[in-house]
This record gives sequence, structure tokens and C-alpha cells, in this order.
Amino acid sequence: MTKPLLDVRNLHVNVGEKLILRGLNLTVNAGETHVIMGQNGSGKSTLAAAIMGSPMFDVSDGTVEFLGEDITRLSPDKRAKLGVFLSFQNPEEIPGVTVENFLRAAVGAVTGETPRLFKFQKELFAKMDELGLDRVYASRELNVGFSGGEKKKTEILQLLMLNPKLAILDEADSGLDVDAVRVVSDGINKYRNADNAMLIITHNQRLVDDIKVDYVHVLDDKHITLTGGAELISRIADGGFAAVHGDITE
Amino acid sequence: MSARELTEYEEYSREVYDRKGTDAPKFQVKSGLTPEIISTISDEKRDPDWMRAFRLQSLEIYERTALPTWGYPLDGLDMANIVTYVRPDARQSHDWDTVPDEIKNTFEALGIPEAERTGLAGVGAQYDSEVVYHSIKQEVADLGVVYTDMDSALRGEYAEMVREHFMKLLPATEHKFLALHGAVWSGGSFVYVPDGVAVDIPLQSYFRFNAAGAGQFEHTLIILGKNASLHFIEGCSAPKYNVANLHAGCVELYVGEGSRLRYSTIENWSRNMYNLNSKRATVERGGTIEWVSGSFGSHTSFLYPMSILRGDDARCEYTGITFAGAGQELDTGTQVAHIGRNTSSRISAKSISKNGGKSTFRGGITVSENAEGSRISVSCDSLMLDSESRSDTVPVIDVRCDDTDIGYEAKIGRISEQSIYYLMSRGLSENDAKGMIVGGFAEPISKELPLEYAVEMNRLISLEITGGVS
Repeated sequence: MTKPLLDVRNLHVNVGEKLILRGLNLTVNAGETHVIMGQNGSGKSTLAAAIMGSPMFDVSDGTVEFLGEDITRLSPDKRAKLGVFLSFQNPEEIPGVTVENFLRAAVGAVTGETPRLFKFQKELFAKMDELGLDRVYASRELNVGFSGGEKKKTEILQLLMLNPKLAILDEADSGLDVDAVRVVSDGINKYRNADNAMLIITHNQRLVDDIKVDYVHVLDDKHITLTGGAELISRIADGGFAAVHGDITE
Repeated sequence: MSARELTEYEEYSREVYDRKGTDAPKFQVKSGLTPEIISTISDEKRDPDWMRAFRLQSLEIYERTALPTWGYPLDGLDMANIVTYVRPDARQSHDWDTVPDEIKNTFEALGIPEAERTGLAGVGAQYDSEVVYHSIKQEVADLGVVYTDMDSALRGEYAEMVREHFMKLLPATEHKFLALHGAVWSGGSFVYVPDGVAVDIPLQSYFRFNAAGAGQFEHTLIILGKNASLHFIEGCSAPKYNVANLHAGCVELYVGEGSRLRYSTIENWSRNMYNLNSKRATVERGGTIEWVSGSFGSHTSFLYPMSILRGDDARCEYTGITFAGAGQELDTGTQVAHIGRNTSSRISAKSISKNGGKSTFRGGITVSENAEGSRISVSCDSLMLDSESRSDTVPVIDVRCDDTDIGYEAKIGRISEQSIYYLMSRGLSENDAKGMIVGGFAEPISKELPLEYAVEMNRLISLEITGGVS
């Protein structure tokens, strides 16, 4: 059997003295879409950050493996080069750096070869058109003065341009209106194929309405307490997390 | 990235600037300052009598003037050890091919003649104390534009104009290093643009300092008539030595009615340089002075270009960036005097400090009683790349007129770890991520520079970020 794309074992994550995740296990194979649900403050974003390698969190125990390689101590750029991508809940504003220059450098860093300007621009504009992002945004400073929706679309644009093996989407739909959610879910559907995988973090169901979901995990009490199929989403939507509380599997 | 890779990058890239030429100077005075040494310089330069007297008088002022009491310490500078005049073994040339190979190679490595071929109206190159190359495009000269070295200007057709303006804006009595300049100055450029003449492409002077333990004291005098325009660029660099070198140049700019002058500087002196430079412009009615200033090099800098907005509706813009790395103490800023009515100034300063570098920005604004309707906007932004570095801003504002609109904004911050992480999550190495953030921070400045200088500035920034091992 081929190695799983992502294999998280017994993950313990701290911020300072505070333990946020305790003994979390999660396996994601190529071709799969996983959804992580959980109440605010349950540690969903911490899980995403720990997989990406954020320096703000401290992995105190456990391992993160990607395609069989232990990446627990790798810097975020090395993880990105292996094919890990995180769509940020609150993307950073980088003044003075245009979306185009940033993305060209990022594609160059991930592929090891800076793409030729004309070819890159053509691809960038095509993807921007698909996402309904005005082409003038290519020459805007990265995320500076962007609305919430523009920031989220720009994250999806990065996803499509970098084409990673694993896309972690941290609240990719928060703060978006219905139309914008559809644009984001369309973008996600364009990205997914049999060779890559997605880990979608959300606390509402709108985003995943139009996406085929294989597994849903409920994060509670610092680890995954329940794993099921797509049907969990509507049960949680209807009855809240209390509706599934009795199903705890771990 | 491993430490070894960083070291190689550092050695490879800084070497272009730090490498010393191997030529021997033709003549140099003894170190230190005496009336005899000053007279020797006058003899060597065949000064007119008034200049001979001016130098000796400046020396007297120097001797009775105390060191500046502001800014970073100057303990490493011992004037008894500074050689004030070093003449390279070359006569001034207007033909690049006749410049001696050793000197030519140094300038070629810095890209100077290449810059001329790619769109400058004229080029001057100074090596140690003297200008070794000066040229101006014929079509620019045909408009009546004069661009020449100061020695020729002192004796030539414009001798009287030079005498009328020389160190009138920046008198020797102003501070100790201007007095020193008055005594030992040599080299530099004289530019005159007649009424109504617009010079569309820039003039550039490049100052290269090769001798160890020496001082460079070039004088730049630019005079624009009425309704004229010019962009003047100066670039500076020097090889690295273990003894202190001193740069105390003087730049005097006269902007006539309705004229516009842009003065751009990229300064990349080596880290043993004391850069105590003085620059001042006076602007007549409806005229504009624009300063664009990038300070990257030197051990210690004191540099505050001043704009005197004498005429009504005169304007000034100052756009400056300072990058202080390990061991550097850079005290920079600008001063504006609003004298005419409806004068306006816009100051945008950025500073970056790293590896314990110290940077101070001084913004000095005075508005006189009669300067009604003056508008002033100052924005000053500092970025510290680590916790050992230091950044200060010192506003000094003296407003004596009620009808003044003034805005002053200062921000000091540390580079955001979250921003570095964000860029790294897209595959950029830590150094590349920092370089991109710093480059973006500097972008408002680099977009004001001619393309090749913007490229050089970005190269210097990435050199500072990636080659930061000291």
C-alpha cells in the first residue's frame, strides 16, 4: 500500500505553557477530502499551523509525517516545497510587494525554477479570471487594503498557482457572502484530483455544501473525538455539536 | 541555508564594493592638518588667490570649532591620522579609453561606464581626491548646460559664478567638518543649467575612494536658472580598510524660480568610513527640490540634507532610506526651512536596522513668521529586524506662523514573525522572506530611483539580509 500523504501521530502542541492539542491522530491519503469541525477555541487552527510548521506553536510530543518523511521539525518553507499548503484564516498584509511578484517568487521557490514572466502572467490571469478576481489585483500590494473576501480569494489563487499535494484550508469561508463562498468552493473543486488531498477546517457547512467530502472529524477536548462521513456535517448543522456528542469514538 | 553558504555569498557579493584598487597614488600630502599642508594643497591645485585665503581661513575656523555635540560618538576618528589630499596617478580625461587600467577596472566592476551608455546625459568619476573622468553628451552641452569638475570651474568661464556661490549656503562657520571641508576640499562637480533648459536624462557623478586612512572632501555646486530642470545622481563607494576614513563632502544647490531639481544619492561607503556630509538647497519662487537618498554604508553617518524654501510656492520632497547593519551608527534625516508663503514640504523617511545596527532619524522643520499657508507632511517609518537593533526618531519642529498645516507621523516596529512565517509557508526561505518584506518596506523609495539604481538598492538590501554574517 502506498504511504499516506499526511500521517499525524500522538500530536501534542503547546503555546507557551498551555497545552492546545493532546495526542491527536489523523491520517489523510491522496484523493481524500477531510473536514475538521469543532467549536471555537477547540484547536482546529492550531492543528493547521502545526502541520504547516508555524514557529508560534511548540510541538511537545508526537510526529507529523508527510509521504513517509518526518517533517515535525522542518521549517515551513521546506514543508511547502514537499507539497504542503495552508490557506490562512487571516492572511498577512505585505506592503510594497505585489501579488504577482510574490506569487512568481513563491512558484519559483516551490518548483526550483522561476517561471518565465510572460507564461506566468498568462497563467495567473487565467486563474484570476476563474476566481472572479479583477486582474488589477495582480499589481496590488499583497493583501494590503483587501476586503475579507478578496483576501480569501487570493489565498485560493495561491493554492491554484502553487498546486500543492496537500491543501489545508483554515476557515477559507469565514466572513464571505454566499456568492464569494461559491467562488471559493468552485476554486477548491478545480484544485482537487486523485493525487492530492484536502483538509478543510470550518465551523459551518456552507463551504462544504458543494464539495465532495470523504471524512469528517470532530475536534474536542484537545483531540479528535469522532470521525464519520459527510452525514456528520448536516447533523452538526441541525443539532449543534451536542447532537453528535454521544457518538464519541475515542 | 547553512552558515557556509551565507559566508560564500557575503564574500562574493560584498567584494565588488570592498575590493581595493592596486594602483599607487601619484601624490599625497602628509596626514594631519597644518597651514603648510593646506598651502601644499593650494599649490598642487593651482588655486586662485581667493581660494588660497579661503582655505587658510577655514582652517582657523576648524581649529577653534568644537566637535558636534549631537549624534553618535566620533571617537574612532583621529584627524592627525587622516590624509586630506590624495591625487591619483591620472590626468582628467574625457575619453574613457585613456583612463588608467587599474582605475578603469574599479569603475567597470561598479558598472559606471555601462551606466553612461544606458542613458545618462553626462558622467563624472572621482577617484580619491580628484576627478579622473568627466563627460557630457554633446546635445546637452549644446543647450548651454555646463557639467565640469570644480577645478576647471574655478578657473574657467564660470569662475565668478563659482566664487559667488561657493560655501555661501553652507559656510565654514556652520560646523567643524564644514570648516575642514573649506580648508581641504578637492574634486567634485559644477553644474549650471541656464534659464528655460530642461535636461531630460540624468547627470551622474560617482565617487570612489581608494586610499587607506584618507579623507574625501568633494564639493558639488549646482545652479539652475529660471524654469530649468535637472536630475543629478551621485553614487559613492570605497574599499574596506581597518583604519578610519573620512568623507566630509559639501553639496550646494541653487534652484531658481520655477525650476525643478532632483538630487539622488546611493551611498554605500565601506564600514570604516565616517560620513559627515553636508547638503543644502535653496529654492526660489515656485521652484522644487526633490531629495532621494539611500544610505547603506559607512561606520558612522551624520547626514541631513536641508531645503530652504525661500520663495513663495517653493516645494521640497525628501524621500530617504537608511539601512544600519552590524556596527553601523547612522544618524540621518532632513531639515526644511519654510520662509516663503504657501511653501510645502513632504518628507518620507524609512529606516531599517539589523544585527545591532543603530539608526536615528532627525526631522527638523522651521516655519518663519511670514510663511503663511505652509503645508508640511512628515512620515517616518522604522523597521527593526531583531531585538539587538535600535531605531530612534527625533522630531524638532519650530513653527512661528499660525497659518500652517502640519502632519507628523512616526512608526517604529519590529519585523513581523507572522509575516515571515506566511511567506515561508509559500516556499520562500527565511532570508528570502525577510528580504521580500524589507524590499517591500523600501519600495516607496526604490520606485523613486532610476531603474539601475533601484536594482542596485534591491541588491544591497538582499546582500544585507542574506550576507548578514559579521
